Amino acid sequence: MRIMKKLLTSAIASTMLASGAQAAISDNTVKIGYLADMSGTYRDLAGPNGLTAMEMAIADFGGKVNGATIEVVNADDRNSPDVASSTVRRWVDNEQVDMVGGLVASSVSIAVSNILEENDRLGIVSGSAASSITNEHCTPNHIHYVYDTYPLANGTASAVVKEGGEKWFILTADYAFGHALEGDVTQVVEASGGEVIDAVRHPFPTSDFSSFILQAQGSGADVVALANAGADTVNAITTANEFGVTQSGQTLAALLLFLTDVHALGAETAQGIQLTTGWYWDMNPEARAWADRFLEETGVRPTMVHAGIYSSTMQYLNAIKATGSDDAQTVRKQMMDTPINDMFASNGIIREDGRMVHDMYLAEVKTPAESKGEWDLYDIVRTIPADEAYRPLSESKCPLVTNN
Amino acid sequence: MTMILGVPLAVLFGQLLLGLINGAFYALLSLGLAVIFGLLKIINFAHGALYMLGALTTVVMFDAFGINYWVALFLAPLLVGVVGVLIEYFLLRRIAHEDHIYSLLLTFGIALVIQGVLTNIYGVSGLRYSMPDVFQGGVNLGFMFMPYYRGWVILMALLVCFGTWFMIEKTKLGSYLRAGTEDSQLMQGFGINVPLLVSLTYGFGVMLAAFAGVLAAPIYSVTPVMGSHILIVVFAVVVIGGMGSIAGAVITGLLMGVIEGFTKVFWPEFSSAVIFLVMVVVLLIRPSGLFGKEA
Repeated sequence: MRIMKKLLTSAIASTMLASGAQAAISDNTVKIGYLADMSGTYRDLAGPNGLTAMEMAIADFGGKVNGATIEVVNADDRNSPDVASSTVRRWVDNEQVDMVGGLVASSVSIAVSNILEENDRLGIVSGSAASSITNEHCTPNHIHYVYDTYPLANGTASAVVKEGGEKWFILTADYAFGHALEGDVTQVVEASGGEVIDAVRHPFPTSDFSSFILQAQGSGADVVALANAGADTVNAITTANEFGVTQSGQTLAALLLFLTDVHALGAETAQGIQLTTGWYWDMNPEARAWADRFLEETGVRPTMVHAGIYSSTMQYLNAIKATGSDDAQTVRKQMMDTPINDMFASNGIIREDGRMVHDMYLAEVKTPAESKGEWDLYDIVRTIPADEAYRPLSESKCPLVTNN
Repeated sequence: MTMILGVPLAVLFGQLLLGLINGAFYALLSLGLAVIFGLLKIINFAHGALYMLGALTTVVMFDAFGINYWVALFLAPLLVGVVGVLIEYFLLRRIAHEDHIYSLLLTFGIALVIQGVLTNIYGVSGLRYSMPDVFQGGVNLGFMFMPYYRGWVILMALLVCFGTWFMIEKTKLGSYLRAGTEDSQLMQGFGINVPLLVSLTYGFGVMLAAFAGVLAAPIYSVTPVMGSHILIVVFAVVVIGGMGSIAGAVITGLLMGVIEGFTKVFWPEFSSAVIFLVMVVVLLIRPSGLFGKEA
């Protein structure tokens, strides 16, 4: 009888355990929502090719995790926080999406992360720049993976000040990302002994920069810094060239340039520009091998955002595999406990504020003579170690950081 | 140095000139819209896409066939003009007797299709187009550095605007056009082929947009979405100038360029909205626009 009872209880216990493990991956499906600008200003740096990167990761992972199928849905956020919010609400409420990836415009990421926190789902931000995403806007429900404005400012601005560019004129895109970048740059410039003499905020997007370039030329600054992104930066650099900004002795500093922007400008126009990047396709054999596969799939070389989407999706799926759960907090904890070593980063660490910190790179755009192909565009000048590149936790305003 | 509101006079001169140059683009585009609306009563929402098509054709013709800027200046508007005639012949004509709102929706749809397809092919980062060598560099005007190309833009734009106004208001062909839209049956009675006249007028308005596109190709990033941003501004310009007024569209275009340019100095964040503020004020005071005839 006692044996019977023992057998019975252990049988019940093991059934419960088994069913518990099954229930851990909700509805036996891991559903990922890919949200990005699919058709506007930021399309090329993430966009449809970012979705391809995500699908490559899922295919490489085997298409299933612990027997559960992996599904992807995607939507165009049109760089609008409103569109993004309603899409993510629908995904969470009606379509059982477990994780939202991509996430490009900073304003979109901030809006989406609030919804994800309310509903306890996970967000992995790969495209956005604003450092506030893991600072004053941090939540326990998202991770910021590829880069942010802090290392951009830190890498490029400190290098330019060191070369003698002391007086700065900043041309800022007038929304969350531009403001964050302007703030971070001002801090770095002042800390390095320079001075910001003027900052002008332009509407997003702007196609004609001639008025602003003229103001920059009349400002008496040594450095004209562009705190904008995508087509805005490309247009601003083209106009600066036309109006002879560099010929008249001013240095042009583009604080956020993606490979696709430099490709659009061409080595002829962009040569010599210094920039900070989180990854470059030709920086090591592993990156190159993955970039070759990406080129085969899409016809173009990947940006750091594309590489980050692949890497973060892989990390996410690995965390589900290891924990047997798709619960946001369980997965995030597992991802924080696992250092990232892959084609994207070596020894990347996800901190408690959600910031993934890894080495960053100061690059210089090659001259047409040095460039051996249309995508052979960067010379990596310096590796900025992770702990130097990102905002230290001691300066963090994020309430999740324990020492605050 | 003389200062106005804390801004050196020299800087304001520079902004005035740049404003006129940007205004020249607005003038060319709003002129095309005004011609199409004034003569055909079509609200052409495809205008921005056709402007983009002019710029994109210039770049693609150069990349694929090595066709240079000077040839493109004529060939690109011509090719895009043919596209315009085809749109009129196969699509717009079918709804000519319907309410204006139908032509607005149809042309808006056409614009989205053109933009969407080309975005899929070319992406949005922008295509490279080098300026012709003669325009490299510029001249120092004392108060600003003036790239040669910007001077060329304003010259060409003013020439084409004046030519168009002259043709429509002062020539026999222009009088046919105006009469044909006033009373097409009577004109047909006189043996004039009115449907052909309508196709050609639409094609001509489209050519103006494409011409602005060619002028824009060397200085703005050429992308399939470049027309969508400028279109709404240009519509505001036409409304301010008075729907259908040819001279009104040109003068208002230049004026709005200047107002926008000054706003970029005094309140840059507001520069993308200032034209719409002007539009609201004008509509409240003079609903038919600055140069429009009172209804």
